[in-house]
Amino acid sequence: MLAVVAGSVFPLYWSLVVSSQTSEAVAQVPPVLIPGGHLFDNIARVFDTTDFARALLNSLLVSTSVTVSVVFFSTLAGFAFAKLRFRGRKPLLVLAIATSVVPQQLGIIPLYLLMAKLGWTDQLAAVIVPGLVTAFGVFFMTQYLGRAVPDELLEAGRIDGCTTFGLYWHVVLPAARPAAAVLGLFTFMQAWNDFFWPLVVLQNNATVQVALSSLASGYTTDYTLTLTGTLLATLPILVIFMVLGRQIVGGIMQGAIKG
Amino acid sequence: MTLPALSRLDTKGSPYLYVLPFFLLFGAFGLFPLIYTGYVSFNDWNLLDAGEHTWVGLANYRELLHDPYFWNALGNTLSIWLLSTVPQLLAALWIAHLLNHRLRARTSLRMGVLLPNITSIVAVTIVFTQMFGRDFGMINWLLGLIGVGPVDWQANTWSSHLAISVIVAWRWTGYNALIYLASMQAIPHDLYEAAELDGASSGQQFRRITVPQLRPTIIFTAVISTIGGLQIMAEPLLFAGTSTPTGGSDRQFQTAALFMYEQGFREFRFGYASAIAWTLCLVIAVFAVANYLLTRRIADDEE
Repeated sequence: MLAVVAGSVFPLYWSLVVSSQTSEAVAQVPPVLIPGGHLFDNIARVFDTTDFARALLNSLLVSTSVTVSVVFFSTLAGFAFAKLRFRGRKPLLVLAIATSVVPQQLGIIPLYLLMAKLGWTDQLAAVIVPGLVTAFGVFFMTQYLGRAVPDELLEAGRIDGCTTFGLYWHVVLPAARPAAAVLGLFTFMQAWNDFFWPLVVLQNNATVQVALSSLASGYTTDYTLTLTGTLLATLPILVIFMVLGRQIVGGIMQGAIKG
Repeated sequence: MTLPALSRLDTKGSPYLYVLPFFLLFGAFGLFPLIYTGYVSFNDWNLLDAGEHTWVGLANYRELLHDPYFWNALGNTLSIWLLSTVPQLLAALWIAHLLNHRLRARTSLRMGVLLPNITSIVAVTIVFTQMFGRDFGMINWLLGLIGVGPVDWQANTWSSHLAISVIVAWRWTGYNALIYLASMQAIPHDLYEAAELDGASSGQQFRRITVPQLRPTIIFTAVISTIGGLQIMAEPLLFAGTSTPTGGSDRQFQTAALFMYEQGFREFRFGYASAIAWTLCLVIAVFAVANYLLTRRIADDEE
């Protein structure tokens, strides 16, 4: 079991090793296996070579706005599916879940045409807007709210004269907090790590993954530089994972039981 | 309107309002593009300018069927998909089995197993591409220690497929293991106790109880891995080390999705690329269904 974990951690450790060495030290056989003292030189080089600061900021903006929106709209839709009675509820829910198997990657050509028409190419909106609410989020929240919010609480709210949206705001949102945290984490990580669509639509206004891929795509790749970029791009996610890993693991396992 | 009428409208009508954003966004940015891809694929749509296109009917599909690059890409996709999915799911089952025992530092172990999955495709592929380097790569160095000569991983078909499969499998094994683990924990304990009384070994318990009980989960992961695996394109794009989407000098590791990207966004042949997209969609659907039937069958036989 320890070997399995070592195997899964090693490549990340390795990127730390390479990014803290000089280029000469990396081109050695046998390879150097411990970190050196050049990490900060290499980080400075990354920021000099590409507009990495801008890319980091772009990714932060995209991931944050997508996360807030996904949590809000998924909880709203999840509330309706789990707790409200309306005609067509079941088929609509099935439809929402079914949408998650549609291979969206294959629709990128018209999506690109659409963005060009809207004048959104090279604008962050092109990446943010399509991700504002996800099927996974809706499903996840429907499952959670079904158990977490007692019907009596909602009825009591109604008797007190709450509107439906009032119930959402005052009863459902507070109750949804633990699940919202997990969903928010997943969404943030996914948005941060997204690559293919930003690559297509944001050629001159890169997010961090796109910037990283262009660092790596020279004809002779400078690996100390590239792996330093890798480390920088992974670091925010890694910090989140270190702090909230337990919730993330729990969230995956919870989602799995119902999935 | 009277107050009760208003509140009736609120209870009857507002649920639709709450689920509307999802369906609107999915319709506009998920479903519409996919359907519109079908329309574009019947056109000669060569310019970035959206207005200029001519209807050509099935010409793009005819060309596709006779395009050796497409068949090559499809073959590569299937090869990489098989090489990554089968070992990955088996390993995930085994890891889940290990994790299911009472272990110390349970959470840390689970986090360690999941770590690859939270790392981006780009980061993972770059790190592995460095490790698979011909001259100074760690993997060739390790192979050298056991007397195997250096492999030029990018240069050959089999080696590049193997390397890309390792990258994919590394990223997803832990995730699948956690999904299996979750289902394993839902298996009633008395099943094992009864088996124990009947003298079943641990291996027999795994095959006769665990695997059949996990059947729905195994089917789920197999189908999901198929849908994802047949769309692989970021790994082969980045594994080339340069920004060319040909998947190596001889297209030895160009996948179908990467071929679509090349035709669409490098050659700007939107119509042709759309035909690739729809064909690939069809292939994915066929494989997902076949996979579903097959895994159901296999899991059945265990019972």
